[in-house]
Amino acid sequence: MAVAAAVVLVTGVALALLWAPEDADQGPSQRIFYLHVPIALTAYACFGWGAWKALRLLWTGDQRYDLESYTAVHMGTIFGTLTLVTGSIWARTSWGVWWSWGERQLVLFLILFLFYAAYFMLRFSLPDGPGRARISAVYALFGVVLIPISFLAIRLAENFIHPVVFTRDGPQMSGDMFFTFCVSLAGMLLLAGTLYLNELAGKRLDLRLRDLRESLELG
Amino acid sequence: MSSGEKYLAAVYLVVLATVLVYVAIISAKLARLEREVTELAERARERRG
Repeated sequence: MAVAAAVVLVTGVALALLWAPEDADQGPSQRIFYLHVPIALTAYACFGWGAWKALRLLWTGDQRYDLESYTAVHMGTIFGTLTLVTGSIWARTSWGVWWSWGERQLVLFLILFLFYAAYFMLRFSLPDGPGRARISAVYALFGVVLIPISFLAIRLAENFIHPVVFTRDGPQMSGDMFFTFCVSLAGMLLLAGTLYLNELAGKRLDLRLRDLRESLELG
Repeated sequence: MSSGEKYLAAVYLVVLATVLVYVAIISAKLARLEREVTELAERARERRG
């Protein structure tokens, strides 16, 4: 998976920088789109995955879903940070400002990001155990409600400068641009999947080692 | 290099740097886990006598 992520991601970057046609309005800065939007969608996917695992935990009571949900939220927060940073740079070059409080899309994404950032404060303020797992799962599930609101906000906004690319009539871009976007999105999702699996394996190993250490100390 | 190209380069560099930092953190964590495994293996051997 790591190799596939690297290959697809490098292909996506090469297509975005060398092959995709330049936008007539924005010029070279439009190529930020091929990184910024896939990163944002990947952040949504990670938060959604974390919520799904949280639901599985509440449904089945299986504690392994707690670590999976936590890891997905962790990844979502990293991709969320990147979304805010890359979006801010793009806003500076396209709109002349680093941030616009009047844009519902931006503010709702920031709220979503801060909501999940607070997840860690909640999680680490509680003692380890099934109670913490349940409360964290409920919190992660509440956050997922913000995802469709954040995603649809741009379509509900009346006065916006944030562009709408995906409409009911399909993507508002050429076939070359759309293909480049799809490759970049696939690469970003594969990267997130690779990092998620590595992070999860590391956390599981950490827990096993802690159990082993405790067994050795007690035995 | 135009202003748009500078911002474009900045975005790609930020993402690349983040991925590299993340990989470095994962590598450091892996090294710590390896140290812990070695330490636990030694303790287990000592207990066996």
